[in-house]
Amino acid sequence: MVLSHRLGEWAGHAPVLEEEVALANIALDLLGQARTLLSLAGDEDELAYLREERAFRNVQLVEQPNGDFAHTMIRQLYFSAYQLPLYRELASGRGPFAPLAAKAVKEVEYHLDHARQWTLRLGDGTEESHERAQRACDALWRFTGELFRPVEGLEVDPAALEAEWLQSVEDVLRRATLRVPERPRAGGWAAGAGRQGLHTEPFGRMLAEMQHLHRSHPGATW
Amino acid sequence: MTTVAGGTGSAGRDTAGTAERAEEAADAFLTAFDAAVAADERIEPRDWMPDAYRATLVRQMAQHAHSEIIGMQPEANWITRAPSLRRKAILMAKVQDEAGHGLYLYSAAETLGTGRDELLDKLHAGRQKYSSIFNYPTLTWADVGAIGWLVDGAAITNQVPLCRCSYGPYARAMIRICKEESFHQRQGFELLMSLSKGTPEQHAMAQDAVDRWWWPSLMMFGPPDDESAHSAQSMAWKIKRFSNDELRQRFVDICVPQAAALGLTLPDPALRWNEEKGGHDYGAIDWAEFQAVLKGNGPCNEERIAQRRAAHEEGAWVRDAAAAYAAKHAADRDGKVAA
Repeated sequence: MVLSHRLGEWAGHAPVLEEEVALANIALDLLGQARTLLSLAGDEDELAYLREERAFRNVQLVEQPNGDFAHTMIRQLYFSAYQLPLYRELASGRGPFAPLAAKAVKEVEYHLDHARQWTLRLGDGTEESHERAQRACDALWRFTGELFRPVEGLEVDPAALEAEWLQSVEDVLRRATLRVPERPRAGGWAAGAGRQGLHTEPFGRMLAEMQHLHRSHPGATW
Repeated sequence: MTTVAGGTGSAGRDTAGTAERAEEAADAFLTAFDAAVAADERIEPRDWMPDAYRATLVRQMAQHAHSEIIGMQPEANWITRAPSLRRKAILMAKVQDEAGHGLYLYSAAETLGTGRDELLDKLHAGRQKYSSIFNYPTLTWADVGAIGWLVDGAAITNQVPLCRCSYGPYARAMIRICKEESFHQRQGFELLMSLSKGTPEQHAMAQDAVDRWWWPSLMMFGPPDDESAHSAQSMAWKIKRFSNDELRQRFVDICVPQAAALGLTLPDPALRWNEEKGGHDYGAIDWAEFQAVLKGNGPCNEERIAQRRAAHEEGAWVRDAAAAYAAKHAADRDGKVAA
């Protein structure tokens, strides 16, 4: 839901019309996944609009501001490369998330392909695009360690996905002539307590915007 | 229409005869074109067409495409503040559809020998227009519903006859677009219905939005018939099928019962049923405001173009990267094809 919101911020600002369509498409897929997931836990709007910042359990990676197009695409690469093996694993099980994951796998395959294609183009495009892509890779790297920490109630241990994630991301970065960041992903203090409700500063502002109207009309239906 | 294709002909050797033959050929092309239009046949990209027909279509289709692209802005303004996840999904899908409509229309315009980049440059330079309606701001959530109901409603009233437009690629684009627009319009109506039947604050929000969007929506049909520069020729060419005022009247007649169903009023004290003409009379439109908005002096003209330009300029390095990558890897692809 949070990543979908961030992608929604691109509407009307994308570098080409085709990306207006693509970014909105990915945002919609992610919102659909979020709605299914939230509905498993309760009322989707109550959970989306009436929880405060400290009650949100999203990883910090997805709440990061869009930055430039490279920043958005690398964020998407890191996250989609994590979602794909996670959902494949969940889809093959019998847990409560299996039906959601089975549907989402197809969507995430597309998201990952899209992010990979852009990573290649930006990394191996012009000097400027290469520099921007490299900056994005480096800046977002410290938020990726959190993806592989255990999540309570999830039948899959995310740690088991790390090797596949790393291989998938390293492969595309190398082909894009980008340097794989070296800093340890789990290190650095910011790298990941989103699951405990500890977020980065931009997140509160994002929620203020997202929740404002809903909260201004308590009990109203829309 | 396939009878008169291409038209380069075989060049004559004696120059005096060539001019004469060219003139005869041009007459023949024009006769065939007029006959095809009269017979309600579709003109296709490779058919001969009068230069002015081509120019009118480029102007109209470009303006239409630009309207879809600029029209994303007032609605996208509310994506991050949509009050429920369902509404947010609907709005995102709608804005995505609009980008898609822009793409169809630019493609259709390109069949006339222009290019998308060229058209966008003209939009950014203010040399081609987009619909005046998108120069009004979306101030509350209800505006999203008012745009769906009134603005999309007016667009559909305008565009359904374009599905029979004499130029084939435009007509076919409109068939696809109208299907999606009708869907958006129903969603807008339903949004307003939820507000109208909601809390008193929500009802007031809906009424306020309708009050602000009603007159600008009527202006979407263009100037009155006696002041419309392109109408007569466009109707003769069957690009347009109905006059501005005819379509405006049709729209008013559709909206009045819908407003009643919504439990909202339309901000026009002169609005009443006229038994004699079988339609509604309505009050005078503020054409001075319309002209001001068209000339760039509406509430949001500057912001809309500035955002469009900024997106384009800030995206230049991304487009450059894609082009550089394609050039570098063209050799790989050729290699693969050869192997």
